[in-house]
Amino acid sequence: MSGRAVLAALAALVAALFALSLTTGPAGLGAWEGLRALALGADGGDAAAALVMRELRLPRAILGLAVGATLGLSGAALQGYLRNPLAEPGLIGASAGATLGAVLTIHTGLAAAFALALPLAGLGGALVAVAAVTALAGGERPSGGGALTLILAGVAVTSLMAALTSLALNLSPNPFAAVEIVFWMLGSLTDRSMLHVQLALPFMALGWALLATLGRGLDALTLGEDAAASIGTNLARLRLCAVLGTAASVGAATSVSGAIGFVGLVAPHLMRPLVGAQPSRLLPAAALAGAALVLAADVAVRLIAPERDLKLGVVTALIGAPFFLWLVWRARERLT
Amino acid sequence: MSLLALEGLSVSLGGRRVVDGVSLAVAPGDFVGLIGPNGAGKSTLMRAALGLLPAAGGRRLGGEDVARLSPPERARRAAWLPQEREIAWPVSVQTLVGLGRAPWRRPGAAFSEADRAAVADAMARADVARFADRPATALSGGERARVLIARALAQAAPLVMADEPAAGLDPAHQIALMETFSALAAEGRGVVASMHDLGLAARWCGRLALLDAGRLVAFGPPAEVLTEARLAAVYGVRCRLDWIEGAPSVTPLGRTAKDAPATLELSGPAAPGGS
Repeated sequence: MSGRAVLAALAALVAALFALSLTTGPAGLGAWEGLRALALGADGGDAAAALVMRELRLPRAILGLAVGATLGLSGAALQGYLRNPLAEPGLIGASAGATLGAVLTIHTGLAAAFALALPLAGLGGALVAVAAVTALAGGERPSGGGALTLILAGVAVTSLMAALTSLALNLSPNPFAAVEIVFWMLGSLTDRSMLHVQLALPFMALGWALLATLGRGLDALTLGEDAAASIGTNLARLRLCAVLGTAASVGAATSVSGAIGFVGLVAPHLMRPLVGAQPSRLLPAAALAGAALVLAADVAVRLIAPERDLKLGVVTALIGAPFFLWLVWRARERLT
Repeated sequence: MSLLALEGLSVSLGGRRVVDGVSLAVAPGDFVGLIGPNGAGKSTLMRAALGLLPAAGGRRLGGEDVARLSPPERARRAAWLPQEREIAWPVSVQTLVGLGRAPWRRPGAAFSEADRAAVADAMARADVARFADRPATALSGGERARVLIARALAQAAPLVMADEPAAGLDPAHQIALMETFSALAAEGRGVVASMHDLGLAARWCGRLALLDAGRLVAFGPPAEVLTEARLAAVYGVRCRLDWIEGAPSVTPLGRTAKDAPATLELSGPAAPGGS
C-alpha cells in the first residue's frame, strides 16, 4: 500500500469510529435519531436528545479523537527523536506532572469547588514537570548525549512526580477522596463537557503543530545525531520542538482524560511497517492510529459494561499489553 | 580558494586538549589521508572542522567561517561520514541514501530530477544499487558501511570528510572506495579520510596528515610523511617501506623494542613464525 492509501484508510477508520462513538451510549437513542439531533439541535424537536448528543457525546468523541491522536503522534515523535522503539509520551514527565497537578486538586477539594480546577492544575503540573526536565537535561551542545540526558532527566522527574502523587493519595483526607483520585488516575472520558474540549484542544493543537514540524529532522536522526547535524539538522531546535510539542499536547490530554496507557507506545509500532519505517511518514499514520485506538476502546468501554463505568485506561492497558507482547514476540522471531 | 582551512585549531574535551594548534588546508582536487594512532585526535579534528564541536582557532569551509554558517549551508559545503554506522530504523536503502539530499531540498518538497540523479549516482559509486529496496538494517556490516558512504556521496558537497570509511570493508571494496574518493578528487572535489591502514593510505592519498597526541606532526606527500623513524616515533612500530607499482608501500613488522613484551624477546628464534 502506498503512503497515501494508508493514510486514507486510517482516516476513514477514524471517521467511522467517531460516528460510532457518537451513537453509542446508555440514552437509548437510535443512531439516525441521535445524529439528527446533533445536527439540528433543539430545533429538531427532541431537546433531550440534542442535549445528550451535544453536551455529552460530542465532547466525548472529540476528546477521544484528540487524546488518541496526541498519544499516537507524540509517541511516534519521541520514538523517532530518541531512536528508541520503547519511548512513549509519558517519558519526559508531562503526564506524570499533569497527574500530580490533577490529583492535588482532588486532594484539596479544589476540584469539587471549581470544575475547571482539575484540568487547569493538570496543565500547570505538566508545564512544571517539563520545565524541570529541560533544565535538568542541560544546556544545548552542538551534538552528542542530547537524547540520553533527556531520557535520564525524564525518568528522574517522572519518578519524583509519581512519588508526590502517591504521597497525596497516602495522605488523602477521606476514603472518598482516595477513591476519586484512584478512579481519576485510571483514565476516562466519561462526563467530559465542551468546556474540557475548549480548555484542552488549543494546547493539543499547539503541540501537534510543533510535532508536525519534526518529520525531516527525525528522518535525518535515523543516521545518528552527528550525521543528522552534518546534513543540516538543527538539533537544538529539534529537541525543543519535540519536548514542547509533547508537553503541550500530552499535558493537555492527561489533564482532561487521566493517564491512558499503551496507545502512545503501540500506535507507532503498528504503523511502522506500513510506512517503510520512515519517521516522517510515521507521524501522521501514528496520530490517526492512536485516534482510532482510543475511540474504539472508548466505544468498547460503553458496550462491554455499561453499568459498571469501566475505565478507558484500564481497557487500553488490558488490550495494549498483550498486544505489545505479541509485537515483541514477532519482532524477536524476525531477528533470530 | 581552499575547501577547508584550519588555522591553529585547538579542541579541549573534558578539560583535556585533544587537538592542539593544527593548521592545514584542503584544496579542490586534494585527497588527504588523516593518519595517526588511536586517540591522536583524528575524529575530534574532523568534527571540530565541521563545526560539530566547539573549538578555538580559525576554521573555514569554502572560505567562510564555520561558526557563521547555518546547518544547511554547512551541509552544502561539506559531507560528513561518522565512524559510528548508525541506522536506527529499517528504512529502505534508497530512502537512507536520499537523506543525503536533505540540505538541497526545501521542506516538504518532493525529490527533484537532480535529487534522483544524485541518489542513483551515489548508489552506483558505492555499489549498493542492487540493494535499493531492501531495509538498510538487514544488510551486513560492510554493506551498511557502503550504504552510508552512498548517503554521504549523495550530498554532492564539494568536500567529503570520512572517519575510517574503509574499516570493515573487504579488500575489493576498500580499493573501490579509494578509487571513488580519487575520482571525486579528480573531479575537483576535496576528500579528507581518516585511516588506520597505512598501506591503503600511502597508495591512494595525494597527501597524508600525520597526527600525534593532537598535534600535526607531518603533512605532505606519502613518500615524505612516511619515514621509518617517524613511524617508530609516532606509532611505536618498525615498518618496512618499499616502492611497489609506482606508489609507496608500508609493511608494519613489529613493535619497537621498548614497547614489546619481554616474553616475546626471551622466546627468541624458537618462537613460531620467528625469523
